[in-house]
Amino acid sequence: MNTHKKHGFWHRYFFSLDHKDIGFQYMLTIFFMVSIGGFFAYVFRMHLAFPDMKVPLFGLVTNKDYNMLITNHGLIMMMWLALGMLLAVAGNFLIPIMIGTDDMAFPKLNKISYWIFLLSVILMIASFFMPKGGLGVGWTLYPPLSVGDFGYNTPYKSFADRFFTANTFVLLAIAFEFTSLLMGGINFFVTTLNKRAKGMSLLKMPMVVWMINIANLLFMFSVGPLVAGTFMLLLDINVGTGFYDAYRGGDPLLWEHLFWFFGHPEVYVILLPPLGILAEIISVNSRKPLFGYKFILTLTLIAAVLSTMVWAHHQFVAGIDPRAATVFSIFTIIISLPFAGIILAYIATLWKGDLRFTLPMKWALGAVALFTLLGGFTGLHLGASVFDIYAHDTSFVVAHFHYTLFPTVIFGSFAAIYFWFSKFSGRKLNQTLGNLHFWLTFIFFNGFAFPLFLLGLAGQHRRIADYRQFEFLMQDPLPLYRKIATISAVILILSQFIFLFNFIWSLKRGKKETEDNPWQANTLEWQTSSPPPHGNFKVYPVVNYGPYEYNRPDKDKDFTPQNEI
Amino acid sequence: MEKIKKLTWREIPQARLAVWTLIAGEFVIFGGLIVMYILNRLKYESWGEMAQHTNVWAGTINTFVLLTSSYFVVKAHEAAVHKNKAQIKKWIWLTIVCAFMFLGIKSYEYTHEIMHGFTLPGKHLVAEGLGVESRYWSFYYTMTGLHGLHVIAGALALFFVMRNVTKTDKNYQRIEAAGLYWHMVDIIWIFLFPLIYLIH
Repeated sequence: MNTHKKHGFWHRYFFSLDHKDIGFQYMLTIFFMVSIGGFFAYVFRMHLAFPDMKVPLFGLVTNKDYNMLITNHGLIMMMWLALGMLLAVAGNFLIPIMIGTDDMAFPKLNKISYWIFLLSVILMIASFFMPKGGLGVGWTLYPPLSVGDFGYNTPYKSFADRFFTANTFVLLAIAFEFTSLLMGGINFFVTTLNKRAKGMSLLKMPMVVWMINIANLLFMFSVGPLVAGTFMLLLDINVGTGFYDAYRGGDPLLWEHLFWFFGHPEVYVILLPPLGILAEIISVNSRKPLFGYKFILTLTLIAAVLSTMVWAHHQFVAGIDPRAATVFSIFTIIISLPFAGIILAYIATLWKGDLRFTLPMKWALGAVALFTLLGGFTGLHLGASVFDIYAHDTSFVVAHFHYTLFPTVIFGSFAAIYFWFSKFSGRKLNQTLGNLHFWLTFIFFNGFAFPLFLLGLAGQHRRIADYRQFEFLMQDPLPLYRKIATISAVILILSQFIFLFNFIWSLKRGKKETEDNPWQANTLEWQTSSPPPHGNFKVYPVVNYGPYEYNRPDKDKDFTPQNEI
Repeated sequence: MEKIKKLTWREIPQARLAVWTLIAGEFVIFGGLIVMYILNRLKYESWGEMAQHTNVWAGTINTFVLLTSSYFVVKAHEAAVHKNKAQIKKWIWLTIVCAFMFLGIKSYEYTHEIMHGFTLPGKHLVAEGLGVESRYWSFYYTMTGLHGLHVIAGALALFFVMRNVTKTDKNYQRIEAAGLYWHMVDIIWIFLFPLIYLIH
């Protein structure tokens, strides 16, 4: 076993090989990106509710600014927050310790993955400061708009003119981020298969380890064509090829297919790890075995396969064949079945359980409720092409999207942070501030996203900066809805400062965690000291029990650690 | 013949597992490109005429060069099993020489094609009203160029692994991992060669 040695700042935050330190590096980088994405959201929401107002800390929002803000808000939140938080951070913190090993299979590869991730963040930030300003073509980067004025019939532009543009930098940032996540994914996959503790068969792994790995494989499968597609778009911009150029027989729709062939599995890539996190938290806090471990696993695999067959439901108005639209509608509606099954399994886990309403449990229940009732339910409507064509590109879609991703990505991440914080830092988060943070986030998230449904049905378009020319959007009560949404969004963003303060303060000054296993959980990370030493375990655990064996009749206590003899 | 033992997940060497995962990822990337190329090819018959401008002889020789190099890598792997450093050195250097031959022949082809006006953006063709045909060359350069980058990466990997093994006298399993990657580079070429050169 390695000896635990205190390292200096540079060593810990730049050159560490420990999976927990690398996870922390990812987490801080992502907090930084989220604060930018959140600030952008604040600016354009203010602009939408109060046009012509000089937004504090930003100034007047021009139409060009609006495009740039929504584009980069979407890109940062989808690519860096969601993918980074749920693949890189969750995978790094949880996989090695939950399967009872000291570190990743390839610690150096892990470090290089983080550096490439950091490079992608730097390129993304650099794209805001290009001579022509940030990228404003929508986060989906559809050509011909994303090829910009570099097409075949524009006057000659030098290579520098083409290269030093936001288009090039954003695409490079995305390409590097994918590279980083693919390298991380290989690492997670090999670690899981190869370094499990003695006795931990595949079916004794905690659900979250399964989910992160399935998500990784799904990511690896779906992102390949988009990597090639990104390369082609870069060539279109910088060299003048015509892959997406209709004049040369190229097809702008090709990009949409490539993007959504990745983009739709991606929402499941970022949904599965939170579902795993919820499985852990719900099972621990209801003191019952997870209902239907194999059932959930089978449904997840079915959903992963189905998720690669639904992508064109993003393109119902893009001129695809109506017969194909029907097929994609049917698959989209079918894919809600496995997820309904998984959610029902979670509810069955709660059923007649000995519930403990701890802070992580509140986040978990909030996530299940919001994701199912409003996110998933409106997804059924949008999946049907007849309704989607009507609601397309309105803020109804925005509301649906935020109701699916906010509960899973944000609530799921917070549930995980409140659950595992004391294990990895050795100190407790303040519970009063935590409760305040939860209720403010829960209430004002709904206050922000629900009015968008009503606005969307009334016809509010999501990508029009100045909507005042449309009289029907100026009638009561729509301005009121916009104001409610905006004020809620502002309070929602402000209440995250409570969390930030709590996080930093508890890291330095929080109450010391005295117990190794404060939640009385079974999985292996709770069977070592808090915080775990370098190398995670003093003695490598040997697994005898499944991860969810709570309330076994043959035991005195209501939990059975996986390594108990 | 000794009996081949079935390995459990835990017994598979980590490097082998990682490289197989990497190969799966690479196949999806090239698979995406190849599918796009085939769909376009089916749509535009005129791409067949463009394919006649490729140098089939150079392509055939390159195919043989790569196949031979795969044989050398297998010999290097065999030497690694017996921990024979001199043999490892010999076979890996031969593989790297093959990689250079491949890249040399490819550069010769590129030079000829560029001199005849078949460039990556294909500006001459577009000016002549052959916009659709210009995209054949875009695909040609993108696919073979990306493959060429993989040849360089594979050769570098083999070189560094060989140097590490001969210097430290351990990590023999890395020869196998780098060799697997080299086979992938070979197999991708086996797909590209008929698709780009032979179908007229």
